[in-house]
Amino acid sequence: MSDAVIQVRHMTREYDMGGELVHALRGVSLLIRRNEYVAIMGPSGSGKSTLMNMLGCLDTPTAGEYWLNGQEVSRMSDDALARVRNKEIGFVFQTFNLLPRSTALQNVELPLVYAGVTSKDRRKRAEEALDRVGLGHRMEHRPNELSGGQRQRVAIARGLVNRPSILLADEPTGNLDSTTSDEIMAVFGELKRQGQTIILVTHEPTIAAYAERTVVLKDGRVDSDTLSQQAA
Amino acid sequence: MPLFEAVRMALRTIVSQKLKSFFSLIGVLIGVTFLIAVVSIVQGMNVYMEDQFANRLIGLNTFSLRTFPGIQTGNTTRDTWREYMRRPRISYDDAEYIETHLQTPVITARYCSDRMTLTYGTKQAKDIELDGTEPTYFQIKNIDLSSGRIFSQEEVRAGLPVLVIGSELGEKLFQGADPLGKEVLIRGLPYRVIGVAAPRGTLFGTFSLDKFAVMPFRAPARRYICKLNILDELEIKAANPTAMLAAMSETEGLMRTRRGLKPGQNNNFDLSDSKAALEGWKKIAKVLGTALPGLVAISLVVGGIVIMNIMLMAVTERTREIGIRKALGAKRRDILAQFVVESVTLSTVGAALGVGTGIALAFAVRALTPLPAAVAPWSIAVGVLLGMLVGVAAGVYPASRASKLDPITALRAE
Repeated sequence: MSDAVIQVRHMTREYDMGGELVHALRGVSLLIRRNEYVAIMGPSGSGKSTLMNMLGCLDTPTAGEYWLNGQEVSRMSDDALARVRNKEIGFVFQTFNLLPRSTALQNVELPLVYAGVTSKDRRKRAEEALDRVGLGHRMEHRPNELSGGQRQRVAIARGLVNRPSILLADEPTGNLDSTTSDEIMAVFGELKRQGQTIILVTHEPTIAAYAERTVVLKDGRVDSDTLSQQAA
Repeated sequence: MPLFEAVRMALRTIVSQKLKSFFSLIGVLIGVTFLIAVVSIVQGMNVYMEDQFANRLIGLNTFSLRTFPGIQTGNTTRDTWREYMRRPRISYDDAEYIETHLQTPVITARYCSDRMTLTYGTKQAKDIELDGTEPTYFQIKNIDLSSGRIFSQEEVRAGLPVLVIGSELGEKLFQGADPLGKEVLIRGLPYRVIGVAAPRGTLFGTFSLDKFAVMPFRAPARRYICKLNILDELEIKAANPTAMLAAMSETEGLMRTRRGLKPGQNNNFDLSDSKAALEGWKKIAKVLGTALPGLVAISLVVGGIVIMNIMLMAVTERTREIGIRKALGAKRRDILAQFVVESVTLSTVGAALGVGTGIALAFAVRALTPLPAAVAPWSIAVGVLLGMLVGVAAGVYPASRASKLDPITALRAE
């Protein structure tokens, strides 16, 4: 148990939608170990997005506990959560979410800016991260000068640059064609081999199949938690 | 996040939206331009009034003894006028009394003046200032000659009909010919030109200071400009400002004694130095000095509101960017700092441009007018500082709105 990165116990989340209480999570418990490659699936309304926001420290649960890398984050203040997001979590979004006016390098440097890394170190580390995803030659390009696959690689480099405990990818191939999707999934596979913990949120079984373990949510609860054939 | 990082980020955003940024900072630009230009013009005007107007026209360290003030500032009531008219005039005896009794070393010149027509052959020059005075007058008023000579004390005593003329008057009457030795008529009386003054230029670029003629005090035409035994002024020049003040109070005492004024009774004569001549200008400068902060404040407030609007728009437009930054670890104060710094940078750039145009305006005034408009360093500092303050004031509210955005909602924004 000592190598647990994520430990979620009886997590619930309720939203007040105009007087009506919506139960997005109805008691989720989950344990993810270091260097696991987990896919979280579920139809819309299953609580998948809510769980992702919780795991990404963008939101806090109504009840229950969330331990991330040995810290209890479920009761933290906004600024403390910001620090945890900066240090522990690398986000990869469906729509890439790069800053359009900044170059690839500047985008990748951004988490380091908020971590207070000096500009010299920042540049070095951002270059390394871009090299890791095979984009060392396009560092000075802006997002609109890059293809969809290249943009997502920039986003992955940005997610990795602060050496986070988990890489949290939300439908990372949702805006990409199948060839590019395969390339991106290959990048994730390589990162996993290098020891990165990866959580993949998706509704596509073909994408989830890349992961070693699949957690399926339904109505705010864990419906199934299975290891895939290759891993087993 | 360190400050210079935020400034760099802000500059990048501003540069990437040049036109929009320019329009948003134009209010601050105008305010600061206004501040710097007006201050430099007012200060230039101060210098000009003191150097050119007061010291050249009135004379440096010089005051005059008169019946009543020669330059009226503000409204003079009927009663004041009546009192002025009742005053005894300044007589030759008064002048002699002062000249002999003043302890402070001074030079003096008796002086009378009026506007006359001068003719040479068929040429006529109307409305010329004809001064009847003594040789010391040239020294007191700093009049240099370009040719010829000034008249002597002997010529004054003898009342010889000789004339020193201003350069423009010489041009007008002689049109290039050498005026020296030529005979000019003043109301039919013949005068010989013995000297021509060097050009003195203009006052405010319009009033010529070279349309005058100076003759000995006792010359025949004296009767057209002064009554016998009456002076317009006795001009008194001391070596320095302290000596002038001493001579002035001494003169006041002497005149009061001579006229038998009791303590508490008002002077029935006037002593004015260049300060009195500057009074009018001082009043204008004071009005400008009072109005300026208001005018600058109005344009800065307008500029601030424009910037605040732009920043509110920016927060809305860049909601997603804020979401991304928060997801990547930006704390509230990082976002707050980013937008405040952006607003301050914007308005400071505006202020800097305003400093530039203000200085340019001051230089233009200096080049195109006789005003020695000089940019006051303090006005630059105040301008830039005000610009920054406007930026802070305009940026805080939009920035605090940005910093309070929920990252999940912000990330979903289009």
